[in-house]
This record gives sequence, C-alpha cells and structure tokens, in this order.
Amino acid sequence: MSMNSVGRPTRPETANDAAGAHETLTGARGLLQDEALIFELGGWDKTGVDLPDASASADDLDSLLRTAPIGLPGLSEPETVRHYVRLSQKNHAIDLALYPLGSCTMKHNPRLNEKMARLPGFSDIHPLQPQSTVQGALQLMDRLAHWLKTLTGMPAVALTPKAGAHGEMCGMLAIRAAHEANGQGHRKTVLAPTSAHGTNPATAAFVGYTVVEIAQTEDGRVDMADLESKLGDHVAAIMVTNPNTCGLFERDIVEIARLTHAAGAYFYCDGANFNAIVGRVRPGDLGVDAMHINLHKTFSTPHGGGGPGAGPVVLSEALAPFAPTPWLVHGDDGFSLVEHAGEEGAETAFGRLSAFHGQMGMYVRAYAYMLSHGADGLRQVAEDAVLNANYLKARLSDVMSPAFPEGPCMHEALFDDSWLEGTGVTTLDFAKAMIDEGFHPMTMYFPLVVHGAMLIEPTETESRQELDRFVEALRALAGAAKAGDVERFKGAPFHAPMRRLDETLAARKPRLRWKPVAEAPLAAE
Amino acid sequence: MRYLPLTPEDRAQMLGVIGVDSIDALFVDVPASAQRSGTVDLPLHAGELEVEREMAALAKRNRSAGEGPFFCGAGAYRHHVPATVDHIIQRSEFLTSYTPYQPEIAQGTLQVLFEFQTQVAALTGMEVANASLYDGSTAAAEAVMMATRVTRRNKAVMSGGVHPHYVETIDTLAHAAGVATERLAVAIDAEDAVIAAIDADTACVVVQTPNVFGTATDVTKIAAAAQAAGALLIVVTTEVVSLGLLKSPGEMGADIVVAEGQSIGNGLNFGGPYVGLFACKEKYIRQAPGRLCGETVDADGRRGFVLTLSTREQHIRRDKATSNICTNSGLCALAFSIHMSLLGEVGLRQLAAINHEKARALRDALAAIPGVEILTPRFFNEFAIRVPGNAADMVETLAGHGIIAGVPFSRLDAHAGLDDVLLVAATETTLDIDITFFSKVLAKVVAQ
Repeated sequence: MSMNSVGRPTRPETANDAAGAHETLTGARGLLQDEALIFELGGWDKTGVDLPDASASADDLDSLLRTAPIGLPGLSEPETVRHYVRLSQKNHAIDLALYPLGSCTMKHNPRLNEKMARLPGFSDIHPLQPQSTVQGALQLMDRLAHWLKTLTGMPAVALTPKAGAHGEMCGMLAIRAAHEANGQGHRKTVLAPTSAHGTNPATAAFVGYTVVEIAQTEDGRVDMADLESKLGDHVAAIMVTNPNTCGLFERDIVEIARLTHAAGAYFYCDGANFNAIVGRVRPGDLGVDAMHINLHKTFSTPHGGGGPGAGPVVLSEALAPFAPTPWLVHGDDGFSLVEHAGEEGAETAFGRLSAFHGQMGMYVRAYAYMLSHGADGLRQVAEDAVLNANYLKARLSDVMSPAFPEGPCMHEALFDDSWLEGTGVTTLDFAKAMIDEGFHPMTMYFPLVVHGAMLIEPTETESRQELDRFVEALRALAGAAKAGDVERFKGAPFHAPMRRLDETLAARKPRLRWKPVAEAPLAAE
Repeated sequence: MRYLPLTPEDRAQMLGVIGVDSIDALFVDVPASAQRSGTVDLPLHAGELEVEREMAALAKRNRSAGEGPFFCGAGAYRHHVPATVDHIIQRSEFLTSYTPYQPEIAQGTLQVLFEFQTQVAALTGMEVANASLYDGSTAAAEAVMMATRVTRRNKAVMSGGVHPHYVETIDTLAHAAGVATERLAVAIDAEDAVIAAIDADTACVVVQTPNVFGTATDVTKIAAAAQAAGALLIVVTTEVVSLGLLKSPGEMGADIVVAEGQSIGNGLNFGGPYVGLFACKEKYIRQAPGRLCGETVDADGRRGFVLTLSTREQHIRRDKATSNICTNSGLCALAFSIHMSLLGEVGLRQLAAINHEKARALRDALAAIPGVEILTPRFFNEFAIRVPGNAADMVETLAGHGIIAGVPFSRLDAHAGLDDVLLVAATETTLDIDITFFSKVLAKVVAQ
C-alpha cells in the first residue's frame, strides 16, 4: 500500500471498494445525508423566528379561536438551513448538468433576472395599491407586451395566464367567446393531433369542448387529408403545437391555418416550443389566432421544481376583443388597468383568469432576459437551439434510432426504441442508467405516436464540450445495452441518492402526508 | 452573448458534422413566406450594467410597501419573510430543477412537497392537501369544478363575502364548463345566507372566512346544512396567517379548503407568483386537481417520495383529466414550507396574535375619527371602514401624503354601491407610527 510521510494511505486499499458496495451505518452516502422529515426533526415548542410579544386579547373572536393544537413543528434557523440544504443536494438541476427534457426547454436561468425581480420596486408592491404609485410596473408590463407582440407578429397579448396550460385555457376561452359573439356557439369540437401535449385535450375538455384527434403522417406531421375531413361547421378550433412534439416544423402550417379559417374555426397554436423559432419566425405570419408563450421555457425564468411559470397568450385581431381582464391601457395620465369585464374599455372581455395581474415576478425576469439578448441574441438562441439538437441527432443516429431520420429536426431530437429491440433493455431502463452517468433523462414515452419515445432537447445554453460529453455517455450506454450488459440497466440507478422507486406501491397505498401516529413502514408487495 | 456558449468555430464544425453548409438548411421546413432574414424590430443585446440601469429606472417609479405607511390587503398581505427563505429558494438545486418526474434525482423537491402537503393539511384542518395550484383564486375555481364531479350536480352557490375577483375567476371557468353559479348579494356579515340558497342541484356552497371585508365566521352550521343537502362546503381563506389564531375550516366541517398561501414565505410581487393551497377530505382525493406527492420505498427498501395518483392528470388522462394544470407553484410552495418550518406552531400563533393586535390598534385609531365608521364586526387583521365620500378618491389623496391607505371596495366591485367603503389591513410589518400618521392624516382629509 502507498503511504504518505505521516502514514496516511494515498490510495484506496482495494480496487473493488466501489461506492455502494457497503451499506453505511447511518444511511448517509458520503455527502448525501439521510434526512428525516421536519415532523421528525422539529419541536412542537420550537421556533426559528424572534417575534415581539403580543399583549392584546382576542376576546372579540371568542368561539372562533383555535384551541386544539395545529400540528406544525418548528426548527431553529441553523436546523432549517441544514434541512433544506441537505434536501437540495438530492436534486438534479440545470446548474449541475445537461437537463435534456424534450418540450421542457431547460435552459440556463440567468441570475441577473433573479436580482432584478428582487428590486423592492417590483417585489414589494401590492396589486391593488393606487395605480398612480405603480407606473413603473405597468410600464414594464407594457414593454414586455410590446416585445412579445413584436417577436410573434401578433397584434395583442393577454399577459395574465399563470402557466402554459392556463394560457391554453385563456386562448380557448377567447375562442369560445368569439364564437358566441358571432352566433357560432354551436361549434363544440376541438381538433388536436395525437401527438399533442396532454394539456391540449385536457384544456379543451375543461372549457366544455369535445376533442377529436387528427392523425399524423409517417413523417411526423399533421395528416392534411384527415384534418380536412374532420373540419366542418361543428369545429370551434384546432390546437396544433409548432414546432410539434416530434421536434418537427409543420411544413403545411400555412395551409392548416387557411383550411381552419375557411371552415370558420380558429387556430390555437401551443407555443411550448417557441424557443426553436424565436427571432427567426413570427407565428403571426403563419396564420395563428392564439398562442401561449411559456416564459419559463423560451424566456429563461426558472422552473423552480415545478413552477411558478407564466403563459402569456398572443391573440389575433379577431380574438383580441375577448381577452380577459385586466387590460392595460395607456392614456394621457400614464398607464392604467381596466379590471372588470364589461367596464368601459373591456366590454367584450371573456372574464378573469385569476385574482390579480398574473405573474409579475416572471415578467420582470423575462424582460431582463429579453433586454440582455436583444433581437439579435434571441435569433441566435433559436439557431443555436436547433443546431445543438441536430448535432446530437447526427452524432447519435448510428447507435440509436431516430424516429424521423429524414431532414432536420428543430430544437429537439426524437428517437424511438427500435434500436433497443432484443437487448432486454427498455426506454425506462436506459433513462435510469443515464442517471448513473450524471445526466437527467430525456422525456420518455412522449409523444405517444412513437414507440418507447425518447425526446431530447439540449437547448442553446449547452456548450459543445457538454454536448460531446453527453454524446459519449449515451454512445457508451448504447454499446453496453447492445453488448448484453443488461444488469447495468435493470437495476439502475445505482449511484443516485435513491434506487428505483416503487410508484405502483405509492398509488396503491396512498400516503400523502406524515401522520403523528407512527405507521408501519411501507414495504414492496 | 454571455448566455450562449457556442463559438463561431463550434457552429461551423457542428454544421459540418450534421452535413449541411449553413444554419438556414436546418430551417428548410419553414414556409418561405414566414422566413425572416434580418432581426425583428427590437433593440439589440445589452450588457448586465445596461439591463440593470433600465430595470432600476422602472422599479424606481413604483412606491414599494416598505417605504412607508401601508395598509393594503384584500387577498395579498405584506408580511416579513425571514432572510433564510430567500437564500434557500435561490439554491440551484431547487431553483433550476424541473417538475420531479425522475424521483431518484428529485428527492429534494419531493420531500419538500410531502412536508408541504402535511403542513397545509394541518393548517387547514383537513386530511390531505395537494402540491399547490397557481393561487387562491384558481384553486377556488378548481374546487368548484371538483365539487361538480364529486356530487354530479351542476350549481355553485357563493356567499356575498367571497372576494369579488375570486367570484369572477370562478364564474369565468364555470360559464365555459356549463356550471351554473349563484352569487348572493354582497354583504359584510352574512356567510350564513348561503344556507337558504341550497337546493337539490347545488354541488357546493362557497364561503370565505375571514371574508373580503375581514369578517371571520364560524361555518359549522353551513357545513351541516350543506351535508344534509348532499352538497360540499368549500371554504376560502385569503389570509392564511389567520389560521394561527382562528379555528381551522376542517374543524368546522369543510369538505374542501382553498387558500392563498402568499402570506407565508412569499412577497407581494404585484399579484404573482403566489401559491394556491388546496386541501380536502381524503375520500375525495381521486377527484382532486394538481400534483400529489406520496410516500413509497426504493429498491433497497428505503423511504422515498414520488408523484402519485397521476391517473387523474392531463399527461395520462388527457381530455378525461380532473384539471388541465401542469406547472404549478413549486418554488412558492417551497418558500411557504421553509417559512412555516421556521415559524412552527409557536411562531405562527404568535405571528397571528401580533397581526390581530395591530389590527385592533388600527381599528381603535380609525374609530376615533369623526365620520369614520367601522363596519366589520369580527376580524383578524383586516376590516372595512365607511368614510364620508368616495373611498377611491380618498386613497389617491392619501397617496399624495405618502400613505398607501388600503383598497377601496369599488376597485373590486364597482356595482355593489359601496363606493364609500375602504378595506384596511395591518400586519406585523405595520409600525405604531404608521397607524398614528394614517389616522391623523385621514382625520384631516375627512374633515375637509
């Protein structure tokens, strides 16, 4: 054994002493702590804040007063910091490595955006304080609206939707209101391709429409003949994602819009993939009537482990009058908000989507990002996003099977699982083995039109070195799968904070909260 | 450009690997009519310093709440958020991660959600809670939709004390979904009036406590009446700090509780992002909207957490889903959970007591002004006053004196005939000198 001068071994004692070979005594794995729940750590009498005493009685509330314990544990400040820092270390993050979830646009989140959103002039203002005291906030909303309208070539935008699906609801409600206003309220069908995001049919159904699927061609686009056969006087709208969820630009999009309009229906475009075309193609030039823009995708606001997002919706001239309140108007005295449908200036608004003015914190971040990139930078964003995806596709096509090998993809590359045939390894296994190699898996089993789908979206913020590192990892894994090293995949992940989790058990015996009375530990059946 | 790692050499070499000679070749599927050669008509890229200057100039044109006397509430409340909260939510692993679809590398987010769900359930007195919705108002609309699924009935009755913007949000979705709504006349203290409006078609009654006028109500009788008629009771709370002092809706028999969680851990942010709390009885959970996190075990038998019961959700059930929601308010829920962990039961109760004390002090000061009438009989930290004249005009006048005096009711509902009603709130951030200054200036303005 090699020793240094103080007798400390300089090499591991045995070569096969790999991580995971021995269970630790504490459950920790090196830096990764086995962290208990706050209900197990905290104290019922403990608090991490110092507050002054309250002396006044609450006698006027009498029988309304809470008497029973609430059941909320408290932690001191150091315990709190440690608890959450330990938990944080069990998460993958875009700041850590490539996060190639297709249709999610996990790009770098600039910290300048965070700094700007925390200026008290934005973060510490109330939605209902006098409008004369928030002119800067209203001006920022106006400028953001201007950028969104200019980038999309659309005449109007409703800023308030709180996420992409909320934006879809906004667009579909505007369409519904327009039909009702035009005596077309009998139109109750919405067409959407089989490859659509789940939110599209869910939204259409949620606002009272029946969804009919449109078939897809072998080259991954809307089947025009099928579309034409399904359009008619009963159709309210079509919902098409462009670029679509196969990562392809709908070549016939202008014709899709023309046919839709000829049938008296509106064209809702799911703009989740706007990142592929921002600054280069304006949806307004394609005949779109409504499209949401996920600020947490294209415009870099952080995804936060599941939100908050923001989903402003650009609208055509035909739909603009029906946009929800509040409406931002610019008068002689500066900016003001028309806050209620039916009021002067918003007579035709379809209603209200939420209590206040949408996601101001996200507007600030997105606007800071837009200013940083500018018109030239945003165009480069689209080009680099598309270049990176095509580069991955080119470098992986000989070992994996691209679902649509012909022609370029847009910002994401779609593979099917035909290349895994006979290996005994599934798409899920492959994804879990990627975790061991330090990468977040791609989107799996979506879109539904491709068997065992793997949808890879690198985004423009990956360097060529990181892309190459990713490619080498995937090529090595593909080689292992084909060489019969099935164990590497079936049991994966081996090196993540947790091994594979039993999702069936969770659904069969739902435990959705910690309970004060100790329960028997869950065990796989 | 500082956010783009590719160099011109990278781009040229990568095009070579792909086998095309220009970037345009990758955009061939875009119709010629939509191809744009140059940049759109917007400013070009800018450095950090330039961006900061422009943003700071906009921020400066807003009067922030912390600058002086401030009494706005009406669904958004200014509370002190400990520095720890903002520090932790900016950690890369929380800030820059996606919805936890790969549980093996998302245990941080998932454990937080499990803890959050438990905290929300405890606070509201309910059996289960979800992993958050967008905000209190959308949570209320989702609750109404859920009630129609549970009861297979088609009408919602809303009290006259529900926040008018919540009513509008509910009405907007209900109208599209073909659900009938009945909103009772706006009233300061009449949540009980919904009882008389319940009939055989009623899927749910929606009441709010403390309501938009700040009135706290024991909803036990309403719960009993709803239950007797086969309808669900949905209780809305826009100020969750109140639950540190007041009986929880669960204790009073609510079936679904929705709340705006902004008060804990989250700033005012001009209205968003906020965090919608959603809790219900366990027997209804399969009709609930949104993400749910549940406990399970991994392949080594160790406790872990996953998103579960997802057959309710849009990515599985598509047009049969219980809601279209996907992205929710994850990071705001984290902020809520951290702040609640710091407070603990002791801290929350004390915080609530301080809020109530401040509001009583404000009430006493304003009640002493001739011509000002206190309208709310029982309140937590917010109440309505009647002023002689137009409340909106008075608020503008007071803003000129550096006081953000509250929310005129006419801003929420211009047709209720309550133009002389002002909603005022006090929290632990309200200083005694703020109250003194406000009451002095208001007395002068009223006397003019």
